[in-house]
Amino acid sequence: MNTLIAISALGVFCLIAEIFNLRKALVPITILGLLGILGSTLHLYSIAELSSDYNNMIFADKYADAFSSLFILLTIFLVAMSHDVYKEHQTKISDYVAIKVFLLAGAVAMVSFANLSMYFLGIETLSIALYILAGSSRLNIKSNEAGMKYFLMGSFASGFILFGICLIYGTFGTFDLKEITEFSGALDKAVWFSIGVSLITIGMLFKIAAVPFHFWAPDVYEGAPSLVTATMSTLAKVVAFASLYKLLAAMNLFPTIQFQNIIVVISILSMTVGNIMALRQQNVKRMLAFSGISHAGFMLMTVLSIANAAGNLLYYTFAYALAGIAAFAVVISVTKDKGNEDVTNFNGLGKTNPLMAAVLTMSLLSMAGIPIFAGFFAKFNLFTQTIQAGYLVVVIAGVINSIISVGYYFKLILAMYTKEPAAEKQATPFVYYAVGVVAIGLNIAIGLYPTVISNLLK
Amino acid sequence: MNVSLILIILLIGALATFLSGDKFASKVALLFSLAALGCASVLVNHFLGGIDISLNNPWILQPNVSFALKADGLSLAMVLLTASLTPIIIFSGFGNHFEKSKNFYALVLFMAFAMTGTFLAADGLLYYIFWELALIPIYFIALVWGNGDAEERKKAVVKFFIYTLGGSLFMLVAFAYLYTKAGSFLLTDLTKLNLSATEQTWIFFAFFLAYAIKIPIIPFHTWQAKVYQKAPTIGTMLLSGIMLKMGLYSVIRWQLPIAPLAAKTYMPILIGLSIAGVIYGSIVALRQKDLKKLLAYSSLAHVGLIAAGCYTLTADGLSGAVSQMIAHGFVIVGLFFAAEVIFRRFGTYKIDELGGIRTQASKFTSMFMILVLASVALPGTFNFVGEFTVLYSLSQVNIWFAVLGGTTIILGAYYMLKMFQNVMLGETNTKVFADVTTSEAIVFVILIAFLLFYGLYPKPIVDLVSPSIKEILTQINRFN
Repeated sequence: MNTLIAISALGVFCLIAEIFNLRKALVPITILGLLGILGSTLHLYSIAELSSDYNNMIFADKYADAFSSLFILLTIFLVAMSHDVYKEHQTKISDYVAIKVFLLAGAVAMVSFANLSMYFLGIETLSIALYILAGSSRLNIKSNEAGMKYFLMGSFASGFILFGICLIYGTFGTFDLKEITEFSGALDKAVWFSIGVSLITIGMLFKIAAVPFHFWAPDVYEGAPSLVTATMSTLAKVVAFASLYKLLAAMNLFPTIQFQNIIVVISILSMTVGNIMALRQQNVKRMLAFSGISHAGFMLMTVLSIANAAGNLLYYTFAYALAGIAAFAVVISVTKDKGNEDVTNFNGLGKTNPLMAAVLTMSLLSMAGIPIFAGFFAKFNLFTQTIQAGYLVVVIAGVINSIISVGYYFKLILAMYTKEPAAEKQATPFVYYAVGVVAIGLNIAIGLYPTVISNLLK
Repeated sequence: MNVSLILIILLIGALATFLSGDKFASKVALLFSLAALGCASVLVNHFLGGIDISLNNPWILQPNVSFALKADGLSLAMVLLTASLTPIIIFSGFGNHFEKSKNFYALVLFMAFAMTGTFLAADGLLYYIFWELALIPIYFIALVWGNGDAEERKKAVVKFFIYTLGGSLFMLVAFAYLYTKAGSFLLTDLTKLNLSATEQTWIFFAFFLAYAIKIPIIPFHTWQAKVYQKAPTIGTMLLSGIMLKMGLYSVIRWQLPIAPLAAKTYMPILIGLSIAGVIYGSIVALRQKDLKKLLAYSSLAHVGLIAAGCYTLTADGLSGAVSQMIAHGFVIVGLFFAAEVIFRRFGTYKIDELGGIRTQASKFTSMFMILVLASVALPGTFNFVGEFTVLYSLSQVNIWFAVLGGTTIILGAYYMLKMFQNVMLGETNTKVFADVTTSEAIVFVILIAFLLFYGLYPKPIVDLVSPSIKEILTQINRFN
């Protein structure tokens, strides 16, 4: 609970920082503030305080605290990169940073809600922040398109979710998650309940860009400024998934066989379509968008063993998001003055900037699921658990997709190590090195000691 | 003292090489690989003295994974193979100049680290991690330092990577399934499982996919020749000398003991495929115009025979296979080095453009000749011991397998001697061929001395390996 208040306060501080002429120091102060909040969240986690506040609107359990810590960590990385990205727009930097912090507030609300209205507030706070950010490069027509497209599609999805919440309210007469969990355990439920849950699921699948609700993702990812794409593909996706998982776990849907079958189909489709489309992309951001779609398919596997997959989901999101942040640190630093994100921009990076090339290579290897990187254990745990749940078909589809994914991840690696560099070596600001190296370092660390993360939810 | 020491030496060696800078990289790498060899010999001594050098620490609790390294005769034989070939391979590179050599030699040592780990791991998941880890360095070695057209090289190397990764992922699924049954990945637990025949079949073939690609067994061999040709010779040596032994070793260590029923049921098919590889490899090798490709196909033929020996499930077959793995490791490294020596002087691997070397370089010719003869299993070389034992075990299963497998010696003699004739004999080439330098000669002499010594006195290796072979056979026969 304190987490949410602290984050909102930090956001307000960022907004008014401009008045006190703190622009130059804004990013460091925000990072310090976020680190403090991260520390206090971890403290709350360690003393296992189960606080329920505001008439049971917010309920911070281990699940909420653990995921909130991940979100705060990711936001720290994203804010750290803001300073260089917005150095041309010094006057607006406080707005941009404030929006990112408010986005985090929405994210935290989305995993610590105890009431569906709070949940919806979280979604909207997060989404509105993202709509603004997606269109934030005002003079770039692609960014405008991305913002508009994301807004239209996103509000449509929000509508679905809201309608679903209404139907659930209509069934049980309450927004309270605990009561809903209790009531939904009953055998005979009104048909409204299933319809409501389906609508919410569809809305959330849209937010995580799972097939067949993925069409917006490539365009928006490509059009939005790179830092925003990084936010969407790491933070926003992970948040949406964590809250979908929490919702579904609370709804007592299992063991409804139809629902599981649908999840199986969507999971396999997301993995396959995402990967096959990614093979054909020349634009790195589009490629990462499609790769994100396929990762959504992998994460959906956790829903199949929803009773005890929270630890695996947390681990997967950690692995995926850290690798994503590291990859985007390189992508942003390489393409920031280029005007496009074509693969050819990475030609010869292995020669001109070996460290950045190594960071990108390692993050791609992690996404592909090669050992010692966290991506390996993430996938492996998923596979083991899904086999235990009896869905060997999904696992085999996942394996085949892991092989396909190597095809496009290696396109980038090949470009970096076998092509001749086109441009002169350019200086890279220190912050990208720091973000890339720290993120991939954390990734490897949790790859070597996976228990650190996956035991958080025990 | 336990076996993790050798892993630590190699890992620190890789790091030190990377930090030492381009100038000293090769020497630092050689130093550490020699230290690893020393460590390996001490370990073998300890093992023979009855000291427990295994290691089992819990690593991850959920899923239950241990950092378990087990050293028995079989593992140690393979570790010795790796540890003795690595310095030779590194030393053989002294005549070459590699750009960014610190990265290059660090990758070589890292690969040796991963391969040694594969040979030692006694926990399925740990084993899988080492197995995959070995793939990354060789990918970069072949990609960045390889020769020939960049586009073609890229295609070959990516195909190799995706192919091997694809195979191993199915092995990973098999491990995941086994874990749900046994609750641990430890080899000792997995070999106690009472799996039904159907389960064993599925698991066997999931493993088979991984190993058949790595070894390679027909029809999964298509990546091999191109990669051998395009990789720098050091990479080719690592691949053919050590890495493909990972596949063969894993068959003996993991596949057969975990799913023996399937191995028995499908034995004719498995041996048949392996022997088809022998014949196919030999015939294709006959037609090759590129020296490295010819050696690649000869390697395909030889490992086919080794695989056949493994799948006979007899004591002779397994111990012959192990001997032949070691012998083949040494001889193929020597042959590829001979190709490299020629390349350093003539700048080509094309057999048509070679010839007339004998009259100019008598030392080189005699050493190359001995290696060729060892490769065709002339009695007196270690290869003879291995191939003969394997052929004998094949004859126990079915005499026709032995007859067909025996063609490896006849066809092998034919294509190897034909190659030798075209490359070394004939008209004196107008080009000048300087005889081997001292450092090149050292490499050849060590390899040849090893092959001849153990050819005449194979007892130490056989004695080292046979207790573990016996143990594995009891695991295989536990369903009878």
